[in-house]
Amino acid sequence: MLQRDYTTSQLDVLEAEAIHIMREVAAEFERPCLLFSGGKDSIVMLRIAEKAFWPAAIPFPLMHVDTGHNFDEVIDFRDRRARELGVRLIVASVQDSIDAGRVVEETGRRASRNRLQTTTLLDAIEEHEFDAVFGGARRDEEKARAKERVFSFRDDFGQWDPKNQRPELWNLYNARIRKGEHIRVFPLSNWTELDVWDYIRREGIEIPSIYFTHTRKVFERDGMLLPDSDVVQRGDDEPLFEAVVRYRTVGDMTCTGAVQSTAATVEEIIEEIAATRITERGATRADDRSSEAAMEDRKREGYF
Amino acid sequence: MDILRFATAGSVDDGKSTLIGRLLFDSKAIFEDQLEAVERTSRDRGTEYTDLSLLTDGLRAEREQGITIDVAYRYFATPRRKFIIADTPGHIQYTRNMVTGASTADLAIILIDARKGVLEQSRRHAFLTSLLRVPHLVLAVNKMDLVDYSEDRFEEIREEFTAFASKLNVGDLTFIPISALNGDNVVSRSENTPWYNGSSLLHHLENVHIASDRNLVDVRFPVQYVIRPQKANDHAFHDYRGYAGQVAGGVLKPGDEVVHLPSGLTTRIASIDTFDGPVEEAFPPMSVTLRFEDDLDISRGDMIARPHNQPHVAQDLEAMVCWMTEGAKLAPRSKLAIKHTTRTARALVRDLHYRLDVNTLHRDEEATSLGLNEIGRVSLRVTQPMFVDDYARNRLTGGFILVDEATNGTVGAGMIIDAH
Repeated sequence: MLQRDYTTSQLDVLEAEAIHIMREVAAEFERPCLLFSGGKDSIVMLRIAEKAFWPAAIPFPLMHVDTGHNFDEVIDFRDRRARELGVRLIVASVQDSIDAGRVVEETGRRASRNRLQTTTLLDAIEEHEFDAVFGGARRDEEKARAKERVFSFRDDFGQWDPKNQRPELWNLYNARIRKGEHIRVFPLSNWTELDVWDYIRREGIEIPSIYFTHTRKVFERDGMLLPDSDVVQRGDDEPLFEAVVRYRTVGDMTCTGAVQSTAATVEEIIEEIAATRITERGATRADDRSSEAAMEDRKREGYF
Repeated sequence: MDILRFATAGSVDDGKSTLIGRLLFDSKAIFEDQLEAVERTSRDRGTEYTDLSLLTDGLRAEREQGITIDVAYRYFATPRRKFIIADTPGHIQYTRNMVTGASTADLAIILIDARKGVLEQSRRHAFLTSLLRVPHLVLAVNKMDLVDYSEDRFEEIREEFTAFASKLNVGDLTFIPISALNGDNVVSRSENTPWYNGSSLLHHLENVHIASDRNLVDVRFPVQYVIRPQKANDHAFHDYRGYAGQVAGGVLKPGDEVVHLPSGLTTRIASIDTFDGPVEEAFPPMSVTLRFEDDLDISRGDMIARPHNQPHVAQDLEAMVCWMTEGAKLAPRSKLAIKHTTRTARALVRDLHYRLDVNTLHRDEEATSLGLNEIGRVSLRVTQPMFVDDYARNRLTGGFILVDEATNGTVGAGMIIDAH
């Protein structure tokens, strides 16, 4: 009889690692929460949380930092998913931060609430006294993220100090913090965009409709297709046209571009991504294009 | 498709970034927008060639100073395997980073410049690889184009390195002559080295057998989290009590007799549960939930093993420790927190036997402390029993971290060599 070689597939290894990370957080922290936007990475993270604690309920609430400029389809999906799982959903609103005078709305054609989210996020973490916050960020997304720890320490001000990170060895994570500090935890650190889609296919996980091809009124700016919406300021020199598109990432409408695509199923999306030659953030995120170190700078301030 | 995690060691001068850049590029893991950004930055800086290290050196300080300050993780896949690269800087001040990257690596690639041969730094990298028990080591003899693809030169380096490696615990050692710049023997076999009969580097990475590197013999299940549904809607789970964790060694099956530590009580595995249903066996690195036939008092930090194959239950640990902070040094009487598997305790440094020179392997027994990036043999006394194995036998139950209780920083990494 052939001896089994106990080979484990890449998705099983990644899933086991992510489950281990989630349980470690639930065991070592008092008040964790999971950032859930209704985007594909946080959807996968939520499935991992379901698996990690089954048959018990997920032992922490979900939180979404809502810019007020999100896609309706995604917000509906977010609310429904939280309801189905019976998990508490906290919505931290950028509009509330603006109304309270915590931040000032940007003006002009390129106004975006992207950067304002950091204040809303940090205020909410402080208000709810969260000591661990799960994020769906992956190291393959962006080069500052490639150097971030799975357990990423944040000081009293929510800041990340890339030059002073805790070494992370084996599967041992250092969860020690003082009151007022917190840890951002990234269970999907070692996943790639393709791993996320392969997992969505394997698990048969539902995702918001805007990830699939649809016809939408858009206009072009800096090579990106931005949606026709009340919250996106469009100039007269930026004509609207109809295009067959889908979203490769889901974020704030003002800075998330659509890609031309006819992919109508998860399988077709996987084929498309396997053949693409542009990263997801490069293709669809205006927020990362502003400078070489755009992500690092925002992360230092306390961004996701 | 499985995953191979590998660490690369070497400096920019050895062509490490070029090699990684080539592996990523040829496997289509570098995208056009990333390449354009790198080309643009190279041009702005006045560099004549496209500096692929810019792909991995992601932090502002790194780009400004032209150095790598931390471990960068990169990803690529071929139809056979997914690869995770822990790219670690080569200079001596970054021993800490190499140790970190090597701790989870299945394989390490050490780059040697064919013109320069085996340098002090190559020996240091080989030593750290062996200290961290990375199961497979590849010595990539690079820049073969600059020595006219000389077989003699390659053999010379192979002999010198083999002699040195015989003093270490290197499992599987492979030598590959390459030119990262020209692509010789990187993705496919090169016509420039007809005397070389081995695989190309990528072929080796795709095919090296790693499934048996895990310890599948000694059952070790550190209890991570107790699952007790508080308000189970389903009455089937009303009395559910499961013990969740990631298997650190061995193969567990329902019906197996197991021992619980620290109690020493035995029971049988009633079921191995997952969200996707019960499974017939669990082995590393699976995350599962165990239920037992008897009601035992089990909590986080406990260990499940087999009655006739148990880890050491020890409060006195002998370990090699790598010190990772420029703050307080490690010295006799230092008190630290220790995290080993899912168990945390306090540890007292009872003795520092020697400090090891990572370049010459000389043991300095006069040393009184360990500073940043120094490695030494240490005796620790721990406040409560730990369930440990020798690191050489199991990396997951033989490794631990030390945490400074004043700063909360991770300040040391330890590998157990003896316990009682």
